Amino acid sequence: MTQAITAHERDAVPEVTRLATGERGGAPGITSEADRPPDPQELRDDQVDGPELTARLAKTWGTEKGLIGALSTVDHKVIGRRFIVTAIIFLFLGGLSAVVMRLQLAQPENNLVGPDLYNQLFTMHGVTMMFLFGVPIGEAFAVYLVPLMVGTRNIGFPRLNAFSYYVYLFGGLMIWVAFMRNIGPDVGWFAYVPLSGPEFSPGKRADVWAQMITFTEVSGIAIAISTVVTAFKLRAPGMTLDRIPLFVWAELVNSFVIIFALPAVVTASAFLLMDRLIGTHIFNPAEGGDALLYQHLFWFFGHPEVYIIFLPATGWVSAIVVTFARRQVFGYIPLVLSLIATGFLSFGLWVHHMFTTGLPQLGASFFTASSMLIAIPNGIQIFCWIATLWDGRPVFRAPLLFVIGFFFIFVAGGLSGIMLASVPLDTQVHDTFFVVAHFHYVLIGGNVFPLIGAIYYWFPKFTGRMMSERLGKWHFGLAFIGFNVAFFPMHITGLMGMPRRVYTYMPEMGWANLNMISTIGAVLFFGSFLLFLHNIVASARRGALAGPNPWNAGTLEWAAASPPMPQNFDRIPVVTNREPLWAHRDTLPVVAGLSVENREQIVSTVTAGRADLRETTPEPSIWPFLTAIATTILFIGSMFTPWAFVWGTPPLALALIGWFWPKPSTEDEK
Amino acid sequence: MTIDSVQPRREGALPPHRVVLNARSMPAYAYGHRSPIWWGTVGFAAAEGMGFALAIGAYFYLVFINGNWPLSAPPPDLFWSGLFTIVMLASAWPNSLAKRNGEREDLVRSRRDLVIMSLVGLVLLGIRVMEFTGLHVRWDQNAYGSILWVLLGLHTLHLVTDLGDTIVLTVLMFTRHGHGKRFSDVGDNAFYWYFVIASWVPIYLIIYWFPRWW
Repeated sequence: MTQAITAHERDAVPEVTRLATGERGGAPGITSEADRPPDPQELRDDQVDGPELTARLAKTWGTEKGLIGALSTVDHKVIGRRFIVTAIIFLFLGGLSAVVMRLQLAQPENNLVGPDLYNQLFTMHGVTMMFLFGVPIGEAFAVYLVPLMVGTRNIGFPRLNAFSYYVYLFGGLMIWVAFMRNIGPDVGWFAYVPLSGPEFSPGKRADVWAQMITFTEVSGIAIAISTVVTAFKLRAPGMTLDRIPLFVWAELVNSFVIIFALPAVVTASAFLLMDRLIGTHIFNPAEGGDALLYQHLFWFFGHPEVYIIFLPATGWVSAIVVTFARRQVFGYIPLVLSLIATGFLSFGLWVHHMFTTGLPQLGASFFTASSMLIAIPNGIQIFCWIATLWDGRPVFRAPLLFVIGFFFIFVAGGLSGIMLASVPLDTQVHDTFFVVAHFHYVLIGGNVFPLIGAIYYWFPKFTGRMMSERLGKWHFGLAFIGFNVAFFPMHITGLMGMPRRVYTYMPEMGWANLNMISTIGAVLFFGSFLLFLHNIVASARRGALAGPNPWNAGTLEWAAASPPMPQNFDRIPVVTNREPLWAHRDTLPVVAGLSVENREQIVSTVTAGRADLRETTPEPSIWPFLTAIATTILFIGSMFTPWAFVWGTPPLALALIGWFWPKPSTEDEK
Repeated sequence: MTIDSVQPRREGALPPHRVVLNARSMPAYAYGHRSPIWWGTVGFAAAEGMGFALAIGAYFYLVFINGNWPLSAPPPDLFWSGLFTIVMLASAWPNSLAKRNGEREDLVRSRRDLVIMSLVGLVLLGIRVMEFTGLHVRWDQNAYGSILWVLLGLHTLHLVTDLGDTIVLTVLMFTRHGHGKRFSDVGDNAFYWYFVIASWVPIYLIIYWFPRWW
């Protein structure tokens, strides 16, 4: 497994045949344009060096100034930054809706908000946290970091990536604007039929929910595919499968889970929309349909969703643990296999959300067993991280503190998860605050704490400046205390029988004190986020300059400037170790010979990571943005009339043709 | 390896480069799994295939719930659907020609094959319209009608998408852009058409034959 490695011959750059395939591009016996020698007029990076190379590449790979330039950008870092900021704004909006709910529940028979608004609030909270923050934040980090960590210059499909961001943004805006206009969904984040069906939810509220799903899932699947292709085909030469950074592995497995899980929720929401808008009967028992089919489709997505939120966080944790433990990770192979096992097992758990729907006993037993089984790969990961810290020389900076917080909170959530996997207990506490406590321990522990650690960790890379360490420690203390004060009492409130999704309760139930404590905790927890926001804004302006590698970390994103230049790297690195920058501390082995005037990057082989092609990657284009607009018009129009598919398709088709049609005098033609 | 300190070694400096490999002689594009676009196409086929699988799962779930099937309607007609299936399967041959001639970078033959594939797609779309007239059930009649229209509609969506893609690519190959990496696009378009064919076979059996066997 792992071993202490000193800089010795293992890190020597291998012979060229192990770094490149040396194969022709064209089919055998065919004189292909692919194999033409490059234009001798075109400047290449083996002819120029130093600041001139940096400046020329920055011009080639840069984003134009002005509004059109900003909307046309295909730079994964620009899109990734917008993505991360947007997802965090949604995190704050989701948090605000939670604070309002906590204030309402602080005392019995409170009348701060009424039942209708409360229904919208808990729906918006869930929808925002799961679909507009939870899934996108992991993908947003992938968009920014995966290309840097695998040592390439842009994400696999840069225009698709830009399109996906805009579609996600428009979907999120649509649902929040609807909420502001009092047509926010009020049927819970999973919008069960028959409540969300045509009979019990007239009006547009449930349609807004269903169509928001379409927006975010189209975006999610497209980014997942871009991420897979980046991790498979754009790795730096020498980055064999067992040298891929664990963060990239986590995002890769996550992307696969997304590709296979998200179609289920799209199917569920599309069926729901059809039942509501064109009179199909898929979920209507009176005409041969079935309401539980909805739950199966939803949770076939909904359980992997939990891991879609958690898997990127394991990547953040692995990156942070290694850097601050000051040693290579303990148990790289078990960690990777655990990720893959978690990905597979996550598809075998969905029915444990449906234990109270009357299942055959064998089914219940199977899903209990599989729910307990998934604790094994997750346990292995936790032990590997602890072993890494144990054997290393941990440096307790803010990112690591949040990872430690993650260990405690996530493990506690895992324990109540094991409890809930058992059918009798689940039946008792189903839809109570016990479940609310459980999944907030898992999701906030498993995603938000690592995320905050990740932001402290990569902020210097994103902005070039360090975040305040002193504020970071205060932030951690406040967040850890606030979180536990808010959510630990909910276990007890739930065991005392308080159901979820009630806007108020009677004083004689005896839940008042615990609810008051939870509300105080929630306010403290929210306060920690305000401190976080202050730290971000103040540090972005006045933080200490970071330099390229402030933590002396080992992965490739730290070989780029902070913030990275548009080209990421002046030359593509060659990798001989899992922590390339620890193996080559004085000089970085690189590939030369790529164009300086056109956007070329290395395409490599999937397993051995041998350089195969020097392929061009798309230039900026406004068409992905216009396509996203056309998509938005079609999606929103179709909530009101099926004819939107007729009049909405030509503009969309036109925009797509504009997108794919090669432009004169671009590298598409070279 | 353990590293002693969190302090960076050289403040603000990027490590100097040591060139160990030159990419000048590498090809500018390639075919099949060597090309990133191929992997992207596989990814979308996987996601869409999952959508088909789930819709098929929903179909059988409804069969299981209802017991008798199809619900208050005779099974759909076999003529147009049979014709569609024959033409669909037969289209694999010109499709394989398009892929092969694309890989040979034979512009004249690629153009011919793409024109054939566009016409085949148009013909199939016409047959598909006729197919919808022989279902004997509307989508809003009962759950059987709904899921039947969903499956057929889902496949039609893929048919239309790839037909649009094929027509645009055909036009493109008749312009001055029709060279180089575009030949690789011809192959990827053909690959997606195989997916449209492959996804049709189970759907055909489920829609048209399963109700007769049940």
